[in-house]
Formats: sequence, structure tokens, C-alpha cells
Amino acid sequence: MLAMFFWAFVVGGLICVVGQLLFDVAKLTPGHTMSLLVVIGAVLDGLGLYEPLVDFAGAGATIPITSFGNSLVHGALQDAQAHGIIGVLTGMFQVTSSGISAAIIFGFIGALIFKPKG
Amino acid sequence: MASKQKKMTPQQKNYQTLQQKHELKRPVLKNCIKAFLVGGLICLIGQAVSYFYIYYFNFTEQNVGNPTVATMVFFSMLLTGFGVYDHIGQFAGAGSAVPVTGFGNSVISAAIEHRTEGFVLGVGGNMFKLAGSVILFGVFSAFVVALIKTLLVMWGVL
Amino acid sequence: MLKGQQSWVFDNRPMITATGVTGGPFEANGNLSSDFDLLYDDLWMGQESYEKAHRLLLEEAIKVALKKGEIEKDQVQFLFAGDLINQITPTSFAARTMQIPYFGLFGACSTSMEGLALSSFVVNYQGANYVLTGASSHNSAVEKQFRYPTEYGGQKPPTAQWTITGAGVALVETNKPGQDNPVTTSATIGKVIDMGLSDPFNMGGAMAPAAADTIIAHFRDLKLDPSYYDLIVTGDLGRIGHNTTAELLNKSGLKLKQGQFQDCGLLMYKEDQPVMAGGSGAGCSATVLYGHLLNEMKKGTYKRILVVATGALLSPLSFQQKDSIPCIAHAVAIEMNGEKG
Repeated sequence: MLAMFFWAFVVGGLICVVGQLLFDVAKLTPGHTMSLLVVIGAVLDGLGLYEPLVDFAGAGATIPITSFGNSLVHGALQDAQAHGIIGVLTGMFQVTSSGISAAIIFGFIGALIFKPKG
Repeated sequence: MASKQKKMTPQQKNYQTLQQKHELKRPVLKNCIKAFLVGGLICLIGQAVSYFYIYYFNFTEQNVGNPTVATMVFFSMLLTGFGVYDHIGQFAGAGSAVPVTGFGNSVISAAIEHRTEGFVLGVGGNMFKLAGSVILFGVFSAFVVALIKTLLVMWGVL
Repeated sequence: MLKGQQSWVFDNRPMITATGVTGGPFEANGNLSSDFDLLYDDLWMGQESYEKAHRLLLEEAIKVALKKGEIEKDQVQFLFAGDLINQITPTSFAARTMQIPYFGLFGACSTSMEGLALSSFVVNYQGANYVLTGASSHNSAVEKQFRYPTEYGGQKPPTAQWTITGAGVALVETNKPGQDNPVTTSATIGKVIDMGLSDPFNMGGAMAPAAADTIIAHFRDLKLDPSYYDLIVTGDLGRIGHNTTAELLNKSGLKLKQGQFQDCGLLMYKEDQPVMAGGSGAGCSATVLYGHLLNEMKKGTYKRILVVATGALLSPLSFQQKDSIPCIAHAVAIEMNGEKG
């Protein structure tokens, strides 16, 4: 269990370092950087490389935004296996809903109860 | 970027070389260390949250991702709402932007900010200002990747 | 009178008889807080939105200037003012409250000197008895429009600047001989200069060539030497832009003394305030000039100053469309009346 904590810290930290290099060296905007990382996550799952990373690093792989791409591909592939090619469209949000739903719901609640501090 | 270089006059190029001497350089190494530490810490917290759900709510390692992510976004709502996340962000850069908490912060901060324009046009119309591209490219790239893989499997290549 | 290519000389020496300077919480903790007439301890200022607070900043600055000048708003012929917000609505709404015939200006952060130059011209040629001019900005309203939501955790690089929350307004009227107030003596209107820089987080670097161009034009048109002025101060070039401009001026042959060349964005805040490369915004040059610098002139620290406000004429859209940042700078010379009075 302790090992998992360690690797979650290290792998999560390293993915963030990649992001920081995209900010500071490639001079990309946050929007560009996050979009790129999500695409990378999707491609890695397509190549079968992301799931092993999740098994190894736990939250270190599921918390960074790259896992979004991974979940979307996963959901799509699962449904495609079951229902054929149309599953690529129908399956995507099966596995990923929590992140986006949470952001929308908490965003709205946030707007109801908070005022920006500037 | 390349096309911009072509259109620059010699005068502009000379100036840009001069200006770069005075430009305060970004402390890349320092930023990377801070990003590593904060990003790692956020993932560490996520791991703790996962174990909490596994032991107390009978989630498995396979499906604990969902409540974990939702909980992390909830935390980012609190930090954003209390005016703390922007300070963390200035310190940690990608360390707080790359984890899913950064995604939550981008949606929530936009929602909170645009409340002054009303809930429908302000909050609803502006919430995805920053996160929209992540959702767009995430979904589209997943579509392409999954399509390619499925076709390759169907044709017996994989 | 036209002098040279792009400058005016104000032979009738229009006088700045009163000013009003308002600011926000960050400025209250800054270097020049004692030079502000009114400071708010909260960015909302009791209003429902940042944009409405922005408007209040300017309205209150105008009211202070009128009170100190001991005149009523009905006596003022014109208001020349602007800000950074889309369609300069905060200024326009303030003009609606004040009911003064209004010239809305947009020069980004160079608006203050654009306004002072035009006001001086109008008063000099008896187009008005009293004119109010000013510029303002509000940190949160500007961040919301140009960059990111204020609670967003984005990381600003060290070249970024901090938009000040403040409004600076001056009352300009015909010269009153014997009164030792600051007077405007000349102005140089700048051209739009674009050296191909496109990073919206490095405004200073983009604006420096415009500042240098206008300063060089001023000394060329008026056939003066930099030593004529006790102080040459730029609006909001910040650390990077200011150093770059200094080098550009040096290369062009203009010799500046140690301490003679300063920047409003660098004067405004204390070292420990997190403003990266310095303060910026339409209100920056206005609040520093109409508060601190004119106070210093009245104390006798400076007899003749040249104020060069610099603006970056970009929009959030132009950046997304991969346009570079065109910039402009306007210069106005201010001297104490007692000199030749």
C-alpha cells in the first residue's frame, strides 16, 4: 500500500513536470497543454500502455488529466467490443462521466454560493 | 510559428533579439520542481481518497476512479470558491493545472466569475471557456483512436 | 501650435488646478498610497460586479477633482477619458452620471496622456474653460476580459504585469498667472509601432519600441535635449519594457542621467507585492501622475517632467487570430507655472 502512495506521488508529479515543460519551454497556453495531454492519454490507451500505468501508479495515473483520454478510449473500446463499430460513439462517456459531471455540478453550486475574490 | 518568422522585417528581428536580452527568463527548473511536488501531492491525496472509498464503500480498484475524481473536483470547488486555488496555481503551475482538480478549477472559476452576467447567459454560456478544448480534443481523439483500433481488430490486423 | 512632425506646443500653458486619484486594496498597500485621495479596501466597492466597481472608481475620482478645484460639474465643458474594458463602458457610464459632454477615448494604457494632450490643446485654444481628463482600470475586470477568470489557477510568468485598480482624473483650465500649479507645455502624439511581438504576458517588451519612438520624436520635434527635463517617466513598461526602452534610447544617442528615467508601473508597488514585472493598466500612469508625481512637483522635487504613457492595442481576439501586438505611446510635458510666471 505504501508503495502505491510512493508511485502515485512520483508518476503524478512527473506527468505534471511534462505539463510544466509544455508551459515554460514550448510556451503553450494551459488550454493547448491540457488538450495535448488528453490526446496523449487517449493515444497511450489505444496502444495499451495506460492501463499498466494505472495498475502501477494508481492515482498517479488516474488523477492527471491524461486519464480523461484514457477513460474515453476505454469506454469506447468496451462498447465497440459489445456492439460493434457504433459502440465507439456510444461508449465514450460510460466510464468518464464523473469528472465532467462533477465539474458541471460543482461549478454551478460554486456559482450559487461563492463570489470571486479577485 | 514558422509563417510568422517569414513575415518579420529585419528591423523587427533586430528588436526582438535586443528585447530578449531584457526579458526575465522563466525559472524552468524551479517551476518543474514545484510542479512535481504539488502535482505529486495532489495525486497522493487522490490515492488516499481512493483507499477510503475502497475500504469504507466497497469500491474495487477497477471502479474507484469515478468517486475519486468526483471528490477531487469537490475539493477544487472549495479551494476555488475560497480564493485559494489561484494562489496555488501561481506557485505550482502545471502541478495544479494538470490534475483533474485543475479541470474542475477551470470550470468552477469561470462559473463563479460570470455569475454577474446571470445564470443562463453568464454561468451557462461561459462555464466551458477554458475546459471546452479539453473536452473537445479528449472526445475527438478518443473517437479516432478507438475507431482505428476497432477497425484494425475487425480486419484481423490486431 | 504644431511643432515638427507630430508635436504640439501649448503657448498659453493650460493649468492642472486639481486632481482626483482613487485606488483599490492592492494600491492601498503599495508604495504611493499616501498620494491617493480615496482608497477602497475591497475590489467590489459595494457594487454588484467588477465592471460597476470600475465605474465607481472613475466617478469618485471625478468628484474629488471637482471638489478640490472648487467648481461644479456644470461648469466643465468636456470630459476626455477612457479605460480598457470593451466599448469603454465604465467610462461611458460614469460620463452618463456626470452629464458632462464626453469624448470617449481608447488608447489602452496610453489613454491618460492621449486625454491630457487633447484637453490641453482644447483649453490652449480657448475651446473650453474647464476640461476634465483621466483614465482608469480595475484589475479583476481586466483579467476577466483579457485573460482568465480571477479564481483560475493559471501561472503568470515573470514578464507579466499587474493591472492596477485605480482612476486618475485632472481638471485642466486656462492659465492663472501667479498660481504655482503644474502646466502642460507640449505634447507629442505617437504612431502605432509593431515589432512583431505577440506574447500577451510580455506587454512591456511589446510597448518599448513605441515609447522610444515617441520620446525620440519629442526631442526631435521640440529641438530639446533630455537634460531639459528633471524626470522622464513612462506609463507602464515594467521592468522588461523599461530596460529595453533605456537601451533603445541610448542607441539612438539620447543621453539620460542616473535616476532621470523612471516608470509608473515600477513606482506604484512595494518590492514584496507579487506584481511580477510591475504595474500596468490605463489607470497606472493616470494615478501615479495625477497623485504622486504632481505632488512631488508641487513640493519642488521636479520642475519639468515628461510623461510618456504606453499602450498595447491588442484584444483577446487578435491574440487568438495570431496577430502581433501593435503599441502606441503619447508624451506630455508638464512644468511648474512659477518658472516663467
